[in-house]
Amino acid sequence: MTTANFINIGERTNVTGSARFKKLILEGDFDAALAVARQQVENGAQIIDINMDEGMLDSEQAMVTFLNLIAAEPDIARVPIMIDSSKWSIIEAGLKCVQGKAIVNSISLKEGEAPFVEQARKIKRYGAATVVMAFDEDGQAETAQRKFEICKRSYDVLTQDVDFAPEDIIFDPNIFAVATGIEEHENFCVEFFEAAKLIKANLPHAHISGGLSNVSFSFRGNETVRRAMHSVFLYHAIPAGLDMAIVNAGQLDVYDQIEPELRERVEDVILNRRPDSTERLLDIAEQFRGEGAKKKVQDLSWREEPVASRLSHALVNGINDYIVDDTEEARQASDRPLDVIEGPLMDGMNVVGDLFGAGKMFLPQVVKSARVMKQAVAHLLPFIEEEKDEGASAKGKILLATVKGDVHDIGKNIVGVVLQCNNFEVVDLGVMVPANDILETARRENVDMIGLSGLITPSLEEMTHLAGEMDRQGFDMPLLIGGATTSRVHTAVKIAPSYQGPTIHVLDASRAVGVAGSLLSDTMRDELVSQVANDYEDIRVKRAESPKEDRLVSIARARDNAHHIDWDGYDAPRPTFLGVRSFDDYDLAELVRYIDWTPFFRTWELAGNFPKILDDTVVGETARQLYSDAQAMLQRIVGEGWLKARAVVGFWPAGRDGDDVTLYADEGRGEVLSTVHFLRQQVAKREGRANMCLADFIAPGDSGVADYLGGFAVTAGIGIEDKLAEFEATHDDYNSILLKALADRLAEAFAERMHERVRTEFWAYAGDEDLSNEELIKERYRGIRPAPGYPACPDHTEKPELFRLLDAGENAGITLTESMAMLPTAAVSGYYFAHPDAQYFGVGKIGRDQVEDYAARRGEPVEVAERWLAPNLAYDR
Amino acid sequence: MNRQERLAALKGAVNRRILVLDGAFGTMIQGYALDEAGYRGDRFADWPSDVKGNNDLINITQPQIVTAIHDAYFEAGADIVGTNTFSSTQIAQADYGMEEIAAELNLEGARLARQAADTWTAKTPDKPRFVAGSLGPTNRTASISPDVSDPGFRNTSFDELRDAYAEAARALIEGGVDILVVETIFDTLNAKAAVAAIEDVFEALGVRLPVMISGTITDASGRTLSGQTVEAFWYSLRHGEPFSVGLNCALGPDLMRPFLADLSRVADTLISAYPNAGLPNDMGGYDETPESMAEDWREWAAAGLVNIVGGCCGTTPEHIAALAKCVEGLPPRQVPKFDPRLRLSGLEPFTAAA
Repeated sequence: MTTANFINIGERTNVTGSARFKKLILEGDFDAALAVARQQVENGAQIIDINMDEGMLDSEQAMVTFLNLIAAEPDIARVPIMIDSSKWSIIEAGLKCVQGKAIVNSISLKEGEAPFVEQARKIKRYGAATVVMAFDEDGQAETAQRKFEICKRSYDVLTQDVDFAPEDIIFDPNIFAVATGIEEHENFCVEFFEAAKLIKANLPHAHISGGLSNVSFSFRGNETVRRAMHSVFLYHAIPAGLDMAIVNAGQLDVYDQIEPELRERVEDVILNRRPDSTERLLDIAEQFRGEGAKKKVQDLSWREEPVASRLSHALVNGINDYIVDDTEEARQASDRPLDVIEGPLMDGMNVVGDLFGAGKMFLPQVVKSARVMKQAVAHLLPFIEEEKDEGASAKGKILLATVKGDVHDIGKNIVGVVLQCNNFEVVDLGVMVPANDILETARRENVDMIGLSGLITPSLEEMTHLAGEMDRQGFDMPLLIGGATTSRVHTAVKIAPSYQGPTIHVLDASRAVGVAGSLLSDTMRDELVSQVANDYEDIRVKRAESPKEDRLVSIARARDNAHHIDWDGYDAPRPTFLGVRSFDDYDLAELVRYIDWTPFFRTWELAGNFPKILDDTVVGETARQLYSDAQAMLQRIVGEGWLKARAVVGFWPAGRDGDDVTLYADEGRGEVLSTVHFLRQQVAKREGRANMCLADFIAPGDSGVADYLGGFAVTAGIGIEDKLAEFEATHDDYNSILLKALADRLAEAFAERMHERVRTEFWAYAGDEDLSNEELIKERYRGIRPAPGYPACPDHTEKPELFRLLDAGENAGITLTESMAMLPTAAVSGYYFAHPDAQYFGVGKIGRDQVEDYAARRGEPVEVAERWLAPNLAYDR
Repeated sequence: MNRQERLAALKGAVNRRILVLDGAFGTMIQGYALDEAGYRGDRFADWPSDVKGNNDLINITQPQIVTAIHDAYFEAGADIVGTNTFSSTQIAQADYGMEEIAAELNLEGARLARQAADTWTAKTPDKPRFVAGSLGPTNRTASISPDVSDPGFRNTSFDELRDAYAEAARALIEGGVDILVVETIFDTLNAKAAVAAIEDVFEALGVRLPVMISGTITDASGRTLSGQTVEAFWYSLRHGEPFSVGLNCALGPDLMRPFLADLSRVADTLISAYPNAGLPNDMGGYDETPESMAEDWREWAAAGLVNIVGGCCGTTPEHIAALAKCVEGLPPRQVPKFDPRLRLSGLEPFTAAA
């Protein structure tokens, strides 16, 4: 699902706004017109505005034809439509053609209340939202007060007389042109901002939109100034309440990157800050006509060298500033564009590969190099295709995918980049890829091997399933297994036996090249395959020999040896509220100091603890560079609102019932709200050590102690998709991986911060706690926050119930995949336990008796429990 | 009970427990192996075109069969049966040239189900029985071209569908149904026309009945034939404020489950589901047994996914009996509440920030 903070509505499919689109429609060239729509969507339009108001056209027919044609183009039809016309009959004709929920643009009180109400009723019956113009019987509103008054009147009529849902109302308080030379126009933008604030403050749930290009109308022909005006307008309008605008998607500049002098003068105009604003903007506007506001850059010595050396230098140092120009220069000097790839670019990447292999370059640098390479190749591709040249001969072709139900892909992307750097062709199917898609693509693309990735434990089952499918369908290509949850032992014991072909666990990205290279080598392949097969057989034999269930005690005995807490005299702290509380748009700046950096460096395969790693003799320099890039991006994440953090926490009256914890709807403890099921350690313990279960830390229902359990879900990944798409569009793997890694860190930091607030503020049992971040990371506090799917409570399928209790989808914007992975991926969820004895532990292996008991408690078939708990089973299913 | 009382009883029942729908109608009619003459009866003996296979026609020509099937499902434990009017629109009846009796088919279909339901309510007053007036998808699509080489072409229109649905809905209400069910939706635009038509009729008659909406996900892609995901589908039809939204047909319970879960997560109304008895086998039959389906149904109920459950193609009174037994005593899904958000859709859903 797409959730958008600021919504770009594509404006190019509008005959009144685009001369080109008008020409295409008038000539009946609907194919080209569809291409315009497609381009808008590809450039990031989340809704497309369609307008056919043209005197020379049968506008109703044109609207119907175009909408019907769009319906047949899934890549366009995936987004909602805005049906734009000043004529009601055209709007209604359009509403009869769209199966989705569309937006009407627009209706207003221009002709009075009666037609307004009638049209709104019809819109409601067609199931659309609507734009309402700040326009009434007296004309278009220009001042903030009048804009607001008309909107308020419209809102009241719609919500009271028509019963129109307020969230389906979108006001257009009129964006007018400024810098026209007419004094009365100078304050138009300010009036718009003020009106937006009034609407947001007084008309609940209503949205605000506008046609952005109007604002810069007086600078027609000077795209640079127009774009600067658009960016500056949005920069101020969005905080005032603008939710969406009709824009030329793909042509929005970043506010910070506008040439500073231009930006200042544009800002003077938009904010009407000085009487001579317009003159001052006109004074400099000509300098930018057709130029683009580019900054001068200083020359560097390596720029003086021949182009081949410059390309190599850029690759090895990961500098992408000149890569397109240099690549172009090299292309013109070559017979074929392909020669550039096979010559200087490949030479440069070989240097990178060698340095990486020799441990002289590290992952972050390699990923930066790969970014340069990709951008160079992207420049050459059109020329190569033009020549119908064969693609460069790669060492081999590898399909990569994160398996169905799993959404984690940082590691997989790193592997992909490293392989590409080493001249492998990579077919990356992305995340949540069903087994059939993987196998079909493998067959169609004739790949040499398949690499699977996954981070959560249910992915292990999916990998085993996929291995079985490969076997069934007669594949024989190697299958590589990687990802945080995978292991050599699991691969040997569970996955490899399902597949006759070579199945190899690959520990990390730096091993991927070696393994893939050997598998494609005539001389090394057989040796590697038989060695791995022998190793795995050894592992299986050892596991078969070591008696499994014997090391376990019965679940009954394990329960007898539960962790004992003397509940008499325990004063269970009462949370300050019961039920859930959500935190929308949590301040990211507050979370930065809670970041635990050590795992961040581990993501990039840089081993060592933070901050010592920054001074490490081997990786220190790389780590410092990476840390500084991370800090710079972090600043932009926080400052420019790239990501949004949301959270929900909840507390419920709770009582232990065996290994379950019963949650109650209220303090009366009569109405059962839910039951949380936990698992108990069953491994035989030495004297004095308990067989732990999380339920042990909650007072039994009949103990007389009124105890509580908490729960939470936090994310720092809302909005990440837009930014990732930007990076992807520029082939920027480095920043893409960096952003994902930082979002993950922020989510963890958020969980840490929220837990701190729970201890000191919400559950408030540790009001005097004052710990440094280091102490927090070492968990020197009372209480724990174990997560379903992790060692203390390894069953992922307890997550949906936790999410239901928290209403995490609505309250925090986090949803679960079929394998219980959280979306956005930068998310953390879990339970809160407050008892001082509460501690983390691993449930470890469990026996059939407990699994059967557990399945019965959960009311599910034993096979279902076994499937989800597969990594914990001490026996073969 | 009058309509007011029945609606109150329906709302009370659906709050307390999972309601059971009936199973396949067509499959049951096949069991009677009617020939051309059987379908025609006396009244249509001289009808110019073949009518065998026009299952809705037997509402007029073989009403005792329709009643027997309703009885069988009520006896099996169904709370709600659907009328035998899946194809009783002018558009669908055009295949047989029978547009002129479309309204009558709905009226008779509704009456037969009403009588059966009243009989059973009298027998088991603690378990009142209800009738859902079936509005099928028709055999035309408003947002898909039947001609691949002319993607802009349509063989029906929103207005034509709206008129046809309005006529059918009016007759169903007149015949005494408690609920209207727009079912087996493979093109959401058709359903939007149905919803608009139903609103028109409610407004004209001054009554308001619960409306069930049930879409069809055609395969494992998780989309309707017209290309929408279930969430997008829901946002397209949410304005009708339906009594329930759900899925039926095309898939067996196993393949339907993930999409049902998707819908259950996003829909702030009751959820219905009536899957086929698996995918058709080589012989065109269905293999899922009452026992195997009961396992899925029970799991759905235990997972809190559903409020109203039944069967579609290939399911029989035995399946429904197993269903009624396996969901008995299990709590219905709680309808979630969401904050107001601007929720739009194309083929995919789109939600604006608050």
